[in-house]
Formats: sequence, structure tokens, C-alpha cells
Amino acid sequence: MSGETSPIVGNLDWNVTPYTDLLKHVDSSTIVGAGAASVLVLGAIAGLVLFTYMRWWGPLYRNWLTSPDAKKIGIMYIALALVMLARGIIEGFVMRAHQAMALGTLAQKESGLVAPDHFAQLFSTHGTIMIFFVAMPLLIGLINFVLPQQLGARDMAFPVLNQVSLGLTAAGAGLIMISLLVGQFGTGGWTMYPPYTGKIFSPGEGVDYWLWAILISGMGSTLTGMNFAVTIFKERAPGMHLMRMPLFCWTSLCVAIMLIYAMPALTVSSVMLALDRYADFHFFTNAAGGNMMNYANIFWMFGHPEVYILILPAFGVFSEISSTYSGKRLYGYTSLVIASMSIAVISFTVWLHHFFTMGQSAGVNIAFGIATMIIGIPTGVKIYDWMATLWRGRVRITAPIVYLTGFFLLFVIGGLSGIILANPSIDYQVHNSTFLVAHFHNVIIPGVLYGMLAGIHYWFPKAFGFRLSETWGRRTALLFVGGFIFTFMPLYVLGLMGMPRRSPTFQNPDFMPWMYIAAFGGVLMLCALASLCWTFWTSYRNRRALAVPGGDPWNGSTLEWSTPAPVPEWTFPCIPRVKAREDWGETKRRGDPWRSPETYTDIEMPANTAHGLLIAGASFTLGFAMVWHIWWLAILGVLAIPGLVVLRGMRVIEPNIIPAAQVEEEDRRFRQQVASLPPATRADEETERNRGVPDLSEFAG
Amino acid sequence: MSENGLYPGLNLGEAHDDAHLQAESTVFGFWVFLMSDLIIFGILFASYASYLDPIGLAGGPGPQDLFDVKSVAIQTAFLLFGGVAYGGVSLSVKYEQGRAKLILWLLICAVLGAGFLFFEIKDFISQAGEGGTPQVSGWLSSYWLLVGLHGFHVFSGILWIIAMIGQISTRGVDDVVKVRLSMLGVFWHFLDLIWVGIFSFVFLATLT
Repeated sequence: MSGETSPIVGNLDWNVTPYTDLLKHVDSSTIVGAGAASVLVLGAIAGLVLFTYMRWWGPLYRNWLTSPDAKKIGIMYIALALVMLARGIIEGFVMRAHQAMALGTLAQKESGLVAPDHFAQLFSTHGTIMIFFVAMPLLIGLINFVLPQQLGARDMAFPVLNQVSLGLTAAGAGLIMISLLVGQFGTGGWTMYPPYTGKIFSPGEGVDYWLWAILISGMGSTLTGMNFAVTIFKERAPGMHLMRMPLFCWTSLCVAIMLIYAMPALTVSSVMLALDRYADFHFFTNAAGGNMMNYANIFWMFGHPEVYILILPAFGVFSEISSTYSGKRLYGYTSLVIASMSIAVISFTVWLHHFFTMGQSAGVNIAFGIATMIIGIPTGVKIYDWMATLWRGRVRITAPIVYLTGFFLLFVIGGLSGIILANPSIDYQVHNSTFLVAHFHNVIIPGVLYGMLAGIHYWFPKAFGFRLSETWGRRTALLFVGGFIFTFMPLYVLGLMGMPRRSPTFQNPDFMPWMYIAAFGGVLMLCALASLCWTFWTSYRNRRALAVPGGDPWNGSTLEWSTPAPVPEWTFPCIPRVKAREDWGETKRRGDPWRSPETYTDIEMPANTAHGLLIAGASFTLGFAMVWHIWWLAILGVLAIPGLVVLRGMRVIEPNIIPAAQVEEEDRRFRQQVASLPPATRADEETERNRGVPDLSEFAG
Repeated sequence: MSENGLYPGLNLGEAHDDAHLQAESTVFGFWVFLMSDLIIFGILFASYASYLDPIGLAGGPGPQDLFDVKSVAIQTAFLLFGGVAYGGVSLSVKYEQGRAKLILWLLICAVLGAGFLFFEIKDFISQAGEGGTPQVSGWLSSYWLLVGLHGFHVFSGILWIIAMIGQISTRGVDDVVKVRLSMLGVFWHFLDLIWVGIFSFVFLATLT
């Protein structure tokens, strides 16, 4: 990067790619950097070639990118998250591999696979990606897909806004991805604490990449939260009282409320940091009245609720699958609702435990420590409820149940280490060590990742019409469980031995055995990723054998299982009238659940639009231009966004009308097919006999 | 029409049940958005308070040196009368008084909002001239961000008013436009509310 800022291309020049680093200096670090950029470039080229060769561009644009259908938006969110997950896991593996070779001596401090600065970029992108571009899109995607179907609604309250939210998230993810190829990423960790990330200590584009990715995708998440909340409050089917909603809807409501209240804090802290960096403000600088502790304070006002934003949808998934796969009613519905809401509320009162050592008084620390421990109570209630749900049920050991079991074992350990950390005097000893790293991976991987993968496995047939291979699903789940244990349990030990987190090197040879175990765990995680990809591929190849056109492969009891698989655009041929909690289950108990509705009416669906795509393009342009100080382009981006909104507002937009005849024809065909398919018992669930029509006599739950 | 008690000023017509339901979701969604926006202002108010001490002032100019309470009072008058003028918009929608009157009231709101912005920017310029730029101290940074963000909201409100005038002229006062006018009203009054906070907390409290 040269010193001058060009008016045309800003700070961009030919020296920003990792290839120039490689040409200047060949070592393992620059090879890894250039390799990662090459994977990105080759992946992009392969994607372009594949789509062109298969002539997929038209269908992709018409059926997906311009669709305001929440189900499709949900699937796109999950696809985005899985791509980012691949990068995140590989980065995690590179870090494990690096630390397994990072034993230095006092004479020669630096060693290992990558340079210290490169290592810092790795843990910063890894954290940012895993939280903001894996966990968030996974849960938002899953909620988008499931929530309207469970509520008996046809779509979200604001379908086009939903599309815009996806666009903003994708634009943020795009900024993170392009930082592999163009320039460097920040080195301040996923929280990017100033003053280190201020202009003085971190000049250049790295922190700006983070800031703009976070600001843009954070805006998308705020809008998503509003959309979820309004959908739940206003779009429920008649009779779907709040206390009749499936638990997943309840946890989605908690998530929505938390997004609405928590995301603004992230926006504020990021805007302040951006003003410090771009306009020399003094919010968090060392000099002139700045106060960096304010950053930690505001950031964690978002950051702690965020943790529960991530975990609560997984709790919702576990509530659904523990009931379905044990063939029993969910135990303690009301207590689960109360526990979820309690977690959502209490999560706003604990943020200070992220900086116990910042220097406030012991009294303040104790108050927040106790609040933190209290959160363990509703969480414990939930674990007991799920176990009681499984108790004496006819549990089928499907892939989601393997995830659930892994979650039980590991999440409780992670929760307990959290209770340990909630004690300020212990926190003083182990904070900033790998003990903490082990703790939060121990709650987020078994909680969020297992929960979301279990949810994907569970609802996959609803989206695509065929089940995922149970054998490969279980293998993947076991690999993720094993990978987790081997990677992160050693980090607890290392933390107690005194190893600081984020260390590019260390001098204590006693760390090494644990490092090797953790590196082996990293290999297992890579295998789990490969196995996950293979699960999708092999299931796709066997899609005829795994097809479940009846739409109810698991003998479920919530509304989404009453429709065909794959579910049609309009979801319900006529909006269901809900009479009970677990309405579909009640309908089954009364017999003949697949009766056709008496009348069919025209269905209004929102028309396709490129609005979200255009906003995404404009915000990506804005972010990229701001990162590289290309001011003219940034101004264009800033003007384009309100311009697009105003132009759309001027037009009268007609909805897409699906005629009653078409709905009736497809619906009748579905019902005839259901009548012709042989019912499958639970024992046959994994075999080809499961065509999505369950044996009703077995329905007890 | 308004027996469900929802947004009685909207006047979406007797037979428009669906329109009413949709309006209910949309306006409710906008209230939720403002709640979220209010959190942003809340954090900025708290930050302003935390920087308002000798360390945050960092030897730079303070409230006594920079604030001109007379100009702030004029701004307040402009903004609050702008809020009152929006009542005219709502009444024109409710009693279907025609496009011309509706646009006239919207223009009055926009002009009053612009008057507010004129005096606010004048203040900012004179404060910068007296050495009160945001680059001087943490307190000034927080002052400029908080008050500036409110000003930016007013500016966006004016743009929105202009966009609405455009919509009224091209597509007429249809149901969608009425719902949008109702949301714009909520937004416009929301700005008054924030300003009452800024006026009391940022200006009056620091000058006493």
C-alpha cells in the first residue's frame, strides 16, 4: 500500500494481494495466505463455470435471488452459512496446526506455520465468520424456513424487507471473503477492541473490513429481528394462541426481541470506532478524553445477548426433535416457555462479566457474577425438560438425536465452566487464557452448531422432498462430537497451565502433548466437515430412494408436517384453523388428517423483485469503497440505497396471484398421493418404506 | 371502520378488512423499528453523560463555552411546530381533503424541519469556529454524534416527506400511501421526542 490515496482507486494498488507477499518472500505463512486466496479465486471460477455450463443463471435469478419467499430466503441463508462454515473450520484447523508447531525458545520466539500477524488475522476472521456469518445466518435461515410454516402463515410479515436483510448479510460476508484476496483483515480479534484497533495502532484496511462487514450485516440482522417479531405477533393462523405455538416459535420470538434490542448497541460501538478511524473522533483513543472501556461496555451490551440469540434457536430445535423422535409430547411446555423468556431477559443483565478485570469495584463484579450464575437456572430447567421428554419414549437414534445427546453431554460441561468463570475471583485467574476459549467453544459448538445441524437434518425433507442419509448424518454428528472433545478439552488444561489465548508462540514444552491432541481434534473437525458435505451429496444421489412426498417423514405433530415435501410456494392451500397446541398431532389423533379443505381461494403471494439484490450490491460497493477510501464510489453507494428505496416506493406493486384452480389441482394431487402411499411405522423410518406418510396408529405423542 | 380501534385516522374505507390487517402489521413493524432506533439514542445519551467530566472534556471547550441557548430554543420551536403541522397531514388524510391540501401540509412540515436544520447547522459551524470540533475531545465527539444523528434523522424525515409528495402526485392517495403517511407521522413525532431529551439533557442540564 502506498502512502498516497488516489482519487480513482483510493488506497488500492497491485501490492494488496497475498500473491505479492508470496513473490516478495516465500515461506509457509505466505504460501498459506496465497493458497487461501487461490481457493477463493478457483472456487469462484469453478462456480461461474458450473453455473454457466449447467445454464443455472436464469433459474438462480428467477427462482432464488429475486424470490421474496421466506422459505427460499431461509435456504439461501443456510447455504451462505455453510460456505462460510467451511472457511471457518479450515481456519480453525490452520490455527491448531500452527500452534502444534509454535513451540519457540527465548532466543527464537517466532516459529510455526504462519507469521504472528497472519495468525492474528486468522483468529480474527475465524471468530468474526463463525459468529456473524455462520451462526447468525444459520439460525436466521432456519427460523425463516420454519417459523411461518409452524405459525400457519404463508410468509413473513415483510417479505421484501426479508430479502433486503439477506442481501445485507451476504454483502457483509462478501466483504469478509474478498479480504482474503484484496488486502489484509484486522488483527484485533472478533471483538476488535480499541485503542489497538484505532488508527494509530492499526492503520490500513484490516479493521475497516471488519467494521463495514459488521455494520452492513448488523443492519440486516436488526431488520430481520423486526420481521420475526411482527410475524409472530401479527401473522399467526387463527386459533394459534401464543401458548399454542411450538417451542421453536417461542425461541424465535425471544431471538427477535433480543435482535431488536441488542443489535443497536453493536451498531453504535462500530459507528463510534469508525468515526475514530475515519474522522479522528476521540471516543476510544488514549488521548483527548477518549475511553476505550466504553467500547467494551457498549460492545458487550450487544455481545452478551448475542450469545443467547445464537443459542435459543438451537434450544427450540432441541425441543422439537426431542419430542418428535421420542414419539412423546414435549415435557413441561410452559416451563420451557418461561425458561426461554427468562434467558432472553436475564441475558441483558450480565454483559459486564466479559470485562471483570477492567477495574470496576468488587461490588459491581459480584452483582454481574450472580446475574450470570442465575442464567444457569432456566438453562438447567430446559435440559431436564428435554431429558424428561425422552424418558420412556420410543427414542429413535437418528442423526438429530445423536446431536442432542452430544449436546447434553458437552453443553452441560460448557455451562459449568461458564459458572466457574462467572465467579469474578476465578475469572481474574483464567481470563484471557485458553480456558476461556475452551469455554465458549464448549457452549457454542454443542449448542449452536449441533442444534442448527440437527435442525437442518430434521427439516431438510420439507425443503427438498428427500431425507438426508441417516447413516452419514450420524457419522457426521459423531465426528463433530469427537472433533469437539479432542480439540477443546485440551484447551481447558492448557488454560489452567497458564497459556494465554491468541498466542502465536509459546516457550513451555509442557504444552506440546495437549497441543498435539488439539491438532488431532482439528483433523477430526475437518473430517466432520467433509462428512457433512458427503451427507448432502450422497443423499442427493439417492434422492429417489429417500423421497418423502407424503411430507411427514418423522410422524411430527406441528403444522409444517401437514404439507407436501417439498413444500409449495404457498405452503398451505388454505390457512389452517388451529384448535390445539401441536395441532397437526391432534388432527392425526382424531383420524383422517389429510382431508382436503372445502373450498380453495386465490392466493396472493408477494411478487418477485430484484430489490434485495440491488440493495446488497449497493451496500457491498459502499463497504468496499469505504475500506479502500474510494470516496466517489462510496458516495455513489450511499446515494444508491435511498434512491432504490424511493424508486420502489413510487411504484404500485401488484402481488402475484395464484389462481384457486391451480392450488386445488396440486393440493388434490398431493392428497391422492398420500392416500396411495403405504404408511410407514417408526421402525421403518430409516428405510425406503418411509415415503413421508406415517402410520397414524403409532401416534401417541 | 374503526371499531377495532386501530389507527382511526387512516380512513382505509369500510370494506377494506385486508388493507386494515396489512396496515396493522406494517405500522406495528414501524413502531418496532423506532424502538430499536430509540436504543441507539439511549446508548448515545449514556455515552454523552459518561464523557461529560473533566477527563472527557480533555481541556477543550465545554458546554458553557459553546452552547447558545437562544438558538437551541429557536430550533426547538421549529421542530415542535413541525410536529404540530403534521397534525394537519393526518387530518387531511382522515377527512379526505384532497391532494393539494395534503401536499401543502407536508410542505409546511418540510419547511419547518429545514428551518430547524438551518439553525442547528449554523450552531455546529459556529461551535467549530470556536474550537469545538469533534476531533478535540471525547465529550465533543459524543455531542456531535448524538445531536448530529438526530439532525440526520430530521434530514431523512425531510427526504421522506419529499418522497411522499412524489408518491402522492404520481400514484395518488391510495391505501399504501396512507399507511406510509401514518408511519411518517410516527417518525416525525419520534424526532420531537428525541429532541425533548436532547434539549433537556444535553443543553439545559449542562447550562444550569
